[in-house]
Formats: sequence, structure tokens, C-alpha cells
Amino acid sequence: MDSTVTTGTAEENVWGGGNRPLGASYGKLMMWFFLVSDALTFSGFLAAYGFSRFKFIETWPIADEVFTHVPFFHGNYPMIYVAFMTFILIMSSVTMVLAVDAGHNMKKNAVIWYMFLTIIGGAIFVGSQAWEWATFIKGDFGAVETKGGRILQFVNADTGERAALRDFAKTIPGERVEHERKNGIWYYNEGYMPSYSLEEVTEGLKANPSILIRTEAILQEGEEEGKKTLLTREQTLEKINDGKIVVEGANLEQNEYGSRLFADFFFFITGFHGFHVFSGVLINIIIFFNVILGTYERRGHYEMVEKVGLYWHFVDLVWVFVFTFFYLV
Amino acid sequence: MAHAHKLEIFRGLLKFKSNTQKIWGVLIFLTLVTMVEVAFGILKPRILTHSYFLGMKVLNWIFIILTLVKAYYIAWDFMHLRDEKSALRRAIVWTPIFLVLYLVFILLFEADYVYNVYKDGFVKWNF
Repeated sequence: MDSTVTTGTAEENVWGGGNRPLGASYGKLMMWFFLVSDALTFSGFLAAYGFSRFKFIETWPIADEVFTHVPFFHGNYPMIYVAFMTFILIMSSVTMVLAVDAGHNMKKNAVIWYMFLTIIGGAIFVGSQAWEWATFIKGDFGAVETKGGRILQFVNADTGERAALRDFAKTIPGERVEHERKNGIWYYNEGYMPSYSLEEVTEGLKANPSILIRTEAILQEGEEEGKKTLLTREQTLEKINDGKIVVEGANLEQNEYGSRLFADFFFFITGFHGFHVFSGVLINIIIFFNVILGTYERRGHYEMVEKVGLYWHFVDLVWVFVFTFFYLV
Repeated sequence: MAHAHKLEIFRGLLKFKSNTQKIWGVLIFLTLVTMVEVAFGILKPRILTHSYFLGMKVLNWIFIILTLVKAYYIAWDFMHLRDEKSALRRAIVWTPIFLVLYLVFILLFEADYVYNVYKDGFVKWNF
């Protein structure tokens, strides 16, 4: 009987409107819905990255060998700088949540300071990412790409360290210069020309008996499992004949670190994330000035800070995953 | 707008006196987890990179689990999901988890198939 008897009064009527089943304001709900859809977008990118990686599981570049630089320091420091970037972003997430908390307590000055620190943290992160991109694009050792689009890197057999092209390539006088619009076909621009020609690299390789080629293939068994395959001197001299072009650094078409897809996904995913951080900083600045002007003080609540806070934490959340799948795994 | 925050983490193991304190506590925890990840990433202990679970290195499983732990605390404490109603929380959390698990499953399975075709099939790509 109970199930058919209506006991509800006007206030309790489910269909009469005025209910807040999720207990959240319209704006906050919409921010959450946006974040869910954005999370799916990022997941799609990362899943596509996983697809390409599983496809080339035995030849994928090793992140520890790619991201080894720290600004103002020379040497080989894998992971350190990215860890620093991660910490900066988590830290700015903390100042953001402190700003939200201060907003709940209607402490205007505290909100201003915490928002300010959040913006600084975001700016440091975007700057670091720009530096990381610049280093990645510039490259450091150089490599040779084969006819099949595979990458051959060079190792000095005496030291076991990677050898840069400038260390062994021979300088052969030639007339080949970069094609520029002003002195060639006006609508065509070469844009990029490596510092050494394939001939110079090949001759240098033949002249230096200690230089060996390292292929993309990751050893699957034995003592050196997990490392890239090192060819013998005879194999090296034979393999260099497969070379087609010299590659320095990385762009959307070539990648001296290994599979081209690695560079493509790196630019695409960290770029999309960096764009989120950048727009997050802009939105934070707008809210920061609104707080200073006292907009939310007059409105009686700081929910707007909470909403941009959600976006900002989401950016941090995504970075946690990008960090894992790009740099750790 | 003064609403109560739930001030305990680790299922009540750790209780904080104020929301600010909880935030710093979570920061310390997240920093510790990140440091462990980085340490593992640099050291790469042989015992973890040479043992496999479900076809993936144990070390990678550790990274992924630690990432999910970090994501949980960012979402629950920084994004205040802990204080939201459970209906909202479930709608936000389970929708992506379901879709992402499905997508990852089909994509990685397919990728593994393509890998085998490249490896054993008559396709020359590594030249």
C-alpha cells in the first residue's frame, strides 16, 4: 500500500522542481561535466599513445635516454627536471586549494595571495615545458635515418657513451647550401638542413674504428635486456649503407631519438596539456583581478574561485598521468 | 558557503584539525609518492623490470598504481570530491573509468595484434 500512497507535501514533491539532488550549483556541475569530457579527450590521446607503443614495443625510445637535461647544468640527469615540474604543478595545486579554502572563509587578502602564487607556479610550469620542448627539438647527438624510416644512433665503443655526429663526422667541402626563398624558387623553402651530410657522417664513421651503430631494437633477453642493440664494427659498416638522411633533433617528421611517433605524441600530448596550463593561467589571472576588485566580496561568495580551482586541479591530475606514461613507464 | 569538510584520509587513519592542515598533509603524501616514483624510475631495480604480471613489467604496474593513488587524492581532497554527494561523485568517477578501461582494452589488444603481424607476418618494416 505504501508504494501507491502519496504522502509528499508541496516541498517534498520530486517533480515540482526546486530539488538539488546533487547538492551542487549549476556552474560547478557544468565545470565537472566539462572536466569529465576533457578527461575522456586526454584518455583518448594517451590510449592512442599506448596503441602506438604496444605496436612498436620492441623499438620504442627509452624515455630516460631522451629527457636527460636540466637547465644550467651539464651532464646526464634523467627524470630530475620532470620531477621538479611535477612538484611545481602539485605545489600550485595546493596554493589553489588554499585559495578556495580562504574564499570559503571570506578572507579576501588570503585569496589574493594564494591566487598570485598559483599563477606564478603555473607560469614556471609553462616556462619549463617550453624549455623542455626547445631541448627536445634541438636534440643533442644526432642520428641517421634509414630508408625504412628507422633511426641509427652512434656509440663510442671506448667509453660506452653516446657519440654525437660532431665528434666523428668528417668535414668534406661541398657546395650544398640550404635552399632559401630569396635565392631559389620563391615559393619553396627547405627550412631545415642538418649540419652534416650523410656522406660526411659515413666517411667519419669509416675513419673512426671506435664508433659503433646502435639500433632502435630493445634487447629482449640476455644480460643487457632492456637496452638498445649495439652492432659490431662489421655490422656497423654494413648497416650505414641503409642510411638515407641525417637527423638532428626532433620535429613532426623526423626524430633522432627513435620512432617518429614518439615525437609526434610528445608534441601532441604535452602540447595539449601545456595549452590547458596556459589557458588555466589566463583564467586564473582574470579571477585574480576579480578578487582584487572585490567582485566576489560583493557577490557574497567565492564559488568562482572554486570553479577555476577545479579546472586547475584537473590540469594537475592530467599531468600526473602524462608524467607516468611518458616519462616513467 | 560555510560547509563542513571531511577531515580524515586513509579511511580515518589520519585525522586533521582543519581543512588547511589536511591540504598540507595531502601535499606531503603526494610528494612522497612522487619521490618514490622518481627513485624507482632512476634506479629501475632489476627484480622489478625482469618480472612480469599480466604481460607487463611489475615496475610499470607499480607506476600505474601509484599514479592512480595520486589521482585519487588530488580528486578527493583538492577537488573536494570527498565532500560532494555520492551520486555526483559516482557520476564523475565511474563514467570515465568505464569508458577508458574499455578503450584501453580494445586499443592495446589491437596494438598487440599489429605487433605480432609485424613480427611474424611477411611485413618488412625494420630496414
